[in-house]
Amino acid sequence: MGPLFVRECAPFFYPSLVVVLRMKNRAKIAWMFLAPMLVLMVFVAGWPLARSIWFSFTDTNINNLAEYNYVGFDNYFSEYGLFGNSVLSAEFWGTDWGVSIKNTFEFSIISVVLETLTGLGVAMLLNQEFKGRTLVRTAVLVPWAIPTIVSAKMWGWILHDQFGLINQLLMDAGLIAHKIAFTADPNYALMTVVAVDVWKTTPFMALLILAALQTLPKDCYEAARVDGVHPLRVFWKVTLPLIRPALLVAVVFRMLDALRIFDLIYVLTSNSGSTISMSGFVRRDMVDNGNLGSGSAGATSLTLIIFVAAVLFLRATRVKLNEESN
Amino acid sequence: MKITFKATLAALAVPFAMSAVQAATITISCGNNAADVEFCGKFAEDWGKKNGHTVKMYTPPASSTDQLALLRQQFAAKSGDIDVLMIDVVWPGVIKDHLVDLKKYSKGVEKEHFPAIVANNTVDGKLLGMPWFTDAGLLFYRKDLLSKHGVKVPQTWDDLAAGAKKIQDAERATDKDFQGFVFQAKAYEGLTCDALEWVYSYGGGTIVDGKGEITINNPQAAKALDAAASWVGTIAPQGVMNYGEEDARGVWQNGKAAFMRNWPYAWSLGQAADSPIKDKIGVAALPAGTGPGAKKAATLGGWQLAVNKYSQNVDAAASLALYMTSADIQKKRAVGGSYNPTIPALYKDADVAKANPFMIELLDVFTNAAARPATATGLKYPEVSQAFWDAAHDVMEKKSDGATAVKKLEAKLKTIKKAKW
Repeated sequence: MGPLFVRECAPFFYPSLVVVLRMKNRAKIAWMFLAPMLVLMVFVAGWPLARSIWFSFTDTNINNLAEYNYVGFDNYFSEYGLFGNSVLSAEFWGTDWGVSIKNTFEFSIISVVLETLTGLGVAMLLNQEFKGRTLVRTAVLVPWAIPTIVSAKMWGWILHDQFGLINQLLMDAGLIAHKIAFTADPNYALMTVVAVDVWKTTPFMALLILAALQTLPKDCYEAARVDGVHPLRVFWKVTLPLIRPALLVAVVFRMLDALRIFDLIYVLTSNSGSTISMSGFVRRDMVDNGNLGSGSAGATSLTLIIFVAAVLFLRATRVKLNEESN
Repeated sequence: MKITFKATLAALAVPFAMSAVQAATITISCGNNAADVEFCGKFAEDWGKKNGHTVKMYTPPASSTDQLALLRQQFAAKSGDIDVLMIDVVWPGVIKDHLVDLKKYSKGVEKEHFPAIVANNTVDGKLLGMPWFTDAGLLFYRKDLLSKHGVKVPQTWDDLAAGAKKIQDAERATDKDFQGFVFQAKAYEGLTCDALEWVYSYGGGTIVDGKGEITINNPQAAKALDAAASWVGTIAPQGVMNYGEEDARGVWQNGKAAFMRNWPYAWSLGQAADSPIKDKIGVAALPAGTGPGAKKAATLGGWQLAVNKYSQNVDAAASLALYMTSADIQKKRAVGGSYNPTIPALYKDADVAKANPFMIELLDVFTNAAARPATATGLKYPEVSQAFWDAAHDVMEKKSDGATAVKKLEAKLKTIKKAKW
């Protein structure tokens, strides 16, 4: 079967191929096209995930991955497990795992609320027509473009208790009598992390909200202006309801991201058990202490906790949306 | 024709293959400050030139906690990227399965070194690391300021607190940022070293004793932590809670502190030509606590050179490790970089004594330093250390008092220990 054969005879095969495609076999072919992707997914996502969940039922140590015992749910619920036998008592919130859950949620809620508000503000400003708008839009993105580790290190120096710029400015202005250890003092550490996170992720929120704002119909606003409706009322009654779906998506994105917080806290603070986040706890257990087994149990729990939080959040907002439409 | 071609290929390939065996590329992990680069990288390159090998330097993370974590991940992946490893005195028990036994290469040269360090590096009869330099916590003080304000070199922690307060109060009239005392209290291995010195100097033991019994829950240990907590915000800046060695040295070397707790390396850097405090530095043993069993104490530190089991060039790597730990190089490192030698004979060397008078004066401190409970706790040492530094950090953050913290720590250590270490 030389090239001549293909050139001369191939056209005869085409119709039959078309018939095949039109038949019920379409689904089969679709699967065939999907198969490489699915195989890839199994290897890069499914297998590691399954392995990590499997590890959480063992006492594997990083020292030797091949040597382990199956321990069932011990890493979760035994006397030494994450949730111990004191899940319901006050004691649980005093354990490192309990503290890290508390820290993570505290951080996430405060930072996401602040980011949403500032992001909304910035987006509203950028939505106005003014000279040099494109330039400003690009400039606002800078904090988001800097890798977190770099910005955390940068802020670490700016906020340093002895050589830091902020302390020097506050001292020069006579606002404080002593330099403040922003990253070390437990009273400030969480707020410092929140502040840096807000600085970093406000552009992200602003961008998503701005995209929503630009899709809004202009005639709505013109009608409101003709009727002489107060701008604030326009915002509450027109803008906010219209961008709400986009806003909620942005908030969910940020929430999921914030619940995984690790790098900022790790680089910026002293990393003691009292400021640690859930991801930080998992890393510490798995990497620093080498407990791959119980660390995996932490990772699995963390995933479940974030999953549940996301589902609850989506449910709560959907209920509200339904109420409104009724 | 074909045969000739193949033969030519083979003839070409052989020398290449041979040279690949002979000229290896060896990666060595040195420290991470400027002096480490100067006094490790340079000597390693010399060795490479002499032996026809290429030497690459690897710079580890600044925190020893991070260094160990990274190493263990590399070992889990059986990575041979770094051939010669710099390992902390507390690590041999933790990473023993991944290091080469150097006995075959050392041919008894380890007998020239301090026996205690060699014993520490020997696990299950295998010599896992050649002693490279030893460390102990020291008290650095400003000679000029102590005499200016009539303060004596402190013998107890109470003396230190009083002296630091006096100097700080007086100096703050002209320099608002002046600090009495800086040390390491970031939540990492360095805090374990500092806090062990406080606890041990108050007669509070070493957290876990040689037999593996948890001893930390005692009134003297609680008292020591309470004393340290009282310094934060008074004679020490609140920021020490986030200071590692280099952060403390930054404040100290800018002339902004009267006292500093640090390792010997801070001496030569403080005496450098461009240092604002050159020739104003005094070095003493750390003060003693008060109460029953109180004594002066320093935590034993120090680093060894070990060879990665997964290295492609074990022989060359071992030979580099032995070269770097030899008396000749140790002397150069001591004179230039104030790295304490691990060879007793070098402490009688005139050049070493001239460059680092404190090494000879404080020889007792180095030979009697308190070891962290790494041998007793083995693979679980990182967890024990972390529980200890967290407890100390909590007390200094005023989240807990000493007595509550050591009680909680005892319970936590029991959880970590389970049936055995």
